[in-house]
Amino acid sequence: MSADSNLSKESAAVTAANPAVDGSELIRFDKVTKRFGSNTVLDSLDFTVSSGKHVTLIGPSGSGKTTILRLLMTLTRPDEGTIKVDGDYLTHEERGGGLVPAGEKHVREVRKKIGMVFQQFNLFPNMKVMRNITEAPVHVLGLSADEAEARARELLELVGLTEHADKYPTQLSGGQQQRVAIARALAMRPQVLLLDEVTSALDPELVAGVLDVLRDIAHTTDITMLCVTHEMNFARDISDDVLMFDAGRVIESGSPEKIFSEPDHERTRQFLSAVL
Amino acid sequence: MTWDWNAVGDFMPMFWHGLLVTLEALALGALLAFTLGLVWAVLQRSEHAVVRWPVTAVTEFVRNTPLLVQLFFLFYVLPEWGLTLSALSTGVIGLGLHYSTYTAEVYRAGIDGVPAGQWEAATALSLPRPRTWFAVILPQAIRRVAPALGNYVVAMLKDTPMIFVIGVLEMLGEARQYSAQTFHTVEPITIVGIAFILISYPASLLLRVLERRLVR
Repeated sequence: MSADSNLSKESAAVTAANPAVDGSELIRFDKVTKRFGSNTVLDSLDFTVSSGKHVTLIGPSGSGKTTILRLLMTLTRPDEGTIKVDGDYLTHEERGGGLVPAGEKHVREVRKKIGMVFQQFNLFPNMKVMRNITEAPVHVLGLSADEAEARARELLELVGLTEHADKYPTQLSGGQQQRVAIARALAMRPQVLLLDEVTSALDPELVAGVLDVLRDIAHTTDITMLCVTHEMNFARDISDDVLMFDAGRVIESGSPEKIFSEPDHERTRQFLSAVL
Repeated sequence: MTWDWNAVGDFMPMFWHGLLVTLEALALGALLAFTLGLVWAVLQRSEHAVVRWPVTAVTEFVRNTPLLVQLFFLFYVLPEWGLTLSALSTGVIGLGLHYSTYTAEVYRAGIDGVPAGQWEAATALSLPRPRTWFAVILPQAIRRVAPALGNYVVAMLKDTPMIFVIGVLEMLGEARQYSAQTFHTVEPITIVGIAFILISYPASLLLRVLERRLVR
């Protein structure tokens, strides 16, 4: 990629801070195990996501999909194994030739490359829409108020909510709130966007608006997406890869065409016939 | 027993002075209780046990000993250790410290009431800890508990006469002094009682309105 195209990309509303869309490995899970009490949610899981790819995780509830996103966002820590993001360990640091649990500062640096949109939106109800979006760019990335606002306005346009900048989240519909949450995550210019069942809490008639925005982002930007969803049509539409989870393991992966039309595993077939 | 209106008129200048001192002690004491209580509440959420437990020890100790004893302690023992404060300052510190252990519990309830998703969103955005507290968590927590905090101001108002025992001439102190000088007791004490209800009852009503507005 030439320096020129790098520059023009940086000015776009949604571009990773460090666009490396050469298909290199961006996320790597290495023998990651996560238990809650006696329940093993992830069982020595290995998987990788290449830069720029859109990967959808499907599978029955409780199969560990959301846990993967929460591990990447450091909302929970793995019991065993390592996670790498863009070549850096997420929850570990290399010191003296060995791996030690990472300090807060290290985690913070690596985590900046990741953004997340939650099922319940989790907007800050005490802040107007504009400040929801500018809060982190100002206080984490060190942008000036003007820069952050300009960035927020671009993003509000992208999600079609320009005229709602001065409202409080509670004055918006669920679909609008979720679109603000998408803008808020993108304002940090993450390399990876994690989408955790982002339409599950929405009234059915509001789902399409949110999915349209995400489709738009998936098709017009090079951001890497990792998505847990029950919207199979959406998954088919945006995904490069679909991973089928069951009992803490990936039992099958492939292109959406393959997984949705001719899956290898009986378990996948059962699951899809239940949800489609 | 007779009621002497002249004594009432006589007492009023002292009463106004006492009222000012009462309100001053209340305002400063409340400020201290709100601030210190917040500090306790936030420290008690620390991930380090070495921070949590001394705070728990101090707050439990203060909450479970009488204010009166604490006032005497501050007034008579601190000077022995070389820390001499005016009676009013000592009273303010006593009231503020004592009530901070109650407001800490109120804040704690408010903080616990903020959904986990708010912390998670702050983490996902990498907001620094102090920013998460001051911009995200506390504004939501305090909004919820503002009426409960207000209730403690009313309670504190009714405890201000206690600082009279260390020599602060607040309303009750002035009344006692007036009666010592003139042997009129009923009039000044009655006026002080009426003053308390004239302040605290409207304050309680105001808090109820506030509660309806803020706590949804």
